[in-house]
Amino acid sequence: MSYPDQILPHARVLRYTFKERVNHWVAALSYIYLMLTGLAFWSPSLYWHAALFGGGPLSRMLHPWVGLIFTVAVCYMYVLWSHQMRFEPVDKEWWNSLHYYITNQDDKMPPAGRYNAGQKLLFWSFFFGGLLLLLSGIVLWFTDSIPWSLRWLRYVAVLVHPITALITIGNFMIHVYMGVFAERGAFGSVIRGDVSLAFAKRYHPGWYREIVGSTERSK
Amino acid sequence: MSQATLRVQKISGHAGSVPGKDTQREEVVCKLIDTTTCIGCKACEVACVEWNDMPFSPTVFDNTYQTMPETRWNYWNLILFNEHEREDGTLQWLMRKNGCMHCAEPGCLEACPADGAIVQYTNGIVDFQQDHCIGCGYCIAGCPFDIPKMNTVTKRVYKCTLCADRVSEGLEPACIKSCPTGCLHFGIKDDMKDLANTRAKQLKEHYGFANAGVYDPPGVGGTGVIYVLHDATNPEIYGGLPSNPTIPTSVTLWKHPLKWLGNLAIVGGLVGLFVHYLKFGPKSREDEDIDAAKEKE
Repeated sequence: MSYPDQILPHARVLRYTFKERVNHWVAALSYIYLMLTGLAFWSPSLYWHAALFGGGPLSRMLHPWVGLIFTVAVCYMYVLWSHQMRFEPVDKEWWNSLHYYITNQDDKMPPAGRYNAGQKLLFWSFFFGGLLLLLSGIVLWFTDSIPWSLRWLRYVAVLVHPITALITIGNFMIHVYMGVFAERGAFGSVIRGDVSLAFAKRYHPGWYREIVGSTERSK
Repeated sequence: MSQATLRVQKISGHAGSVPGKDTQREEVVCKLIDTTTCIGCKACEVACVEWNDMPFSPTVFDNTYQTMPETRWNYWNLILFNEHEREDGTLQWLMRKNGCMHCAEPGCLEACPADGAIVQYTNGIVDFQQDHCIGCGYCIAGCPFDIPKMNTVTKRVYKCTLCADRVSEGLEPACIKSCPTGCLHFGIKDDMKDLANTRAKQLKEHYGFANAGVYDPPGVGGTGVIYVLHDATNPEIYGGLPSNPTIPTSVTLWKHPLKWLGNLAIVGGLVGLFVHYLKFGPKSREDEDIDAAKEKE
């Protein structure tokens, strides 16, 4: 698998191209908007979220449109990353060693490639979650246009939309925790694009070997 | 539509308790519609449009009396004309004044996420407050009677108010006042139930309607609008009046177990991640990476 891995000065390596970074942040910011306004409609205790975004009617009006932006970003993410997110044999071993990962014993983990199994699952959960949210969201967007004979669509949507949203919120929380707090260097990588070689070696040994191997061959 | 002087006992999308609950000595009001004496004159429709200052809606003509196919956001009161063929081949022309049922347990209010957009007064009237409505349409999903209708331009939902503004001033709703046959009655719920049962008994004993009865569906806690029907065993023939209306199961699941499970999961997740950080901390220190980078150089 060829990927434009570039070794940069100061022992750093390019992990996310500019395109990938921009797309990540379009998805991230639209998701945060959707999550906060969605939670406003979810619970009366969180209805004040809507005030942060211009009030209830505006939040309700914009939520579906921002949802479309999120959908576009997720589709582009699919184009960019889906081939790297295929599950491989090492991913199964990775899952079986999850307890080591959770307890920060990363040296006992099987060598993950460019993405570890958890990241792959996150990707697919956001992809399929996004699809379900889109389909149920369209029903809720135009809910007053649905004829009485098709009212079951509304009944399905009012359950599918929040259940899927809750699952993605769980994944989102873990994703932010991992990226910002647990794996130092990961947050910077999706802003500036690069990680240290040490980061690559520690968390993605398979990827690290690819980079070093290809660099050595090119020498 | 009207705040009037009525106090509120249920509020949609409201965190915490309801200020008006148990503060007022108030009878539950009720509209009684006797379908057996309705002549389909549509005076109630006109009175509703007049009293509520609603613009005239364009009508359609398809060779029936149904010149308005369904209620609209600005047309809350509609007589449904139904030609029902009985088993013996004879025809029954059923007329039912359709509109908000003012459920004791309103599905619209249950589903509504906007604080104060739907209220139930202590007299039982369920009223939409359009100034708080956000146009999400969840009330449409929550209603078992297909009543709330959205103005697609302003994105606000409307329905019959049971003339809460008139009732709070001691007047009967406009439709009641206009009815020429006396098939519409208005009063406190217990009185209306008595009257309805008396009429149903009369229909059974003197008019040969063996299945006559009162429609006050218990699935929504009873309604503030009750019907006398010639055949209470088959309300569907009256233009799809549901035989056992309830708040849709999915709306109940969404607003009760799912909400609590979801909230618990979110808070539990946040606490869990925080405790995880306290116990295990980051996987590495930023300075370790920098040190490693220096070694490489």
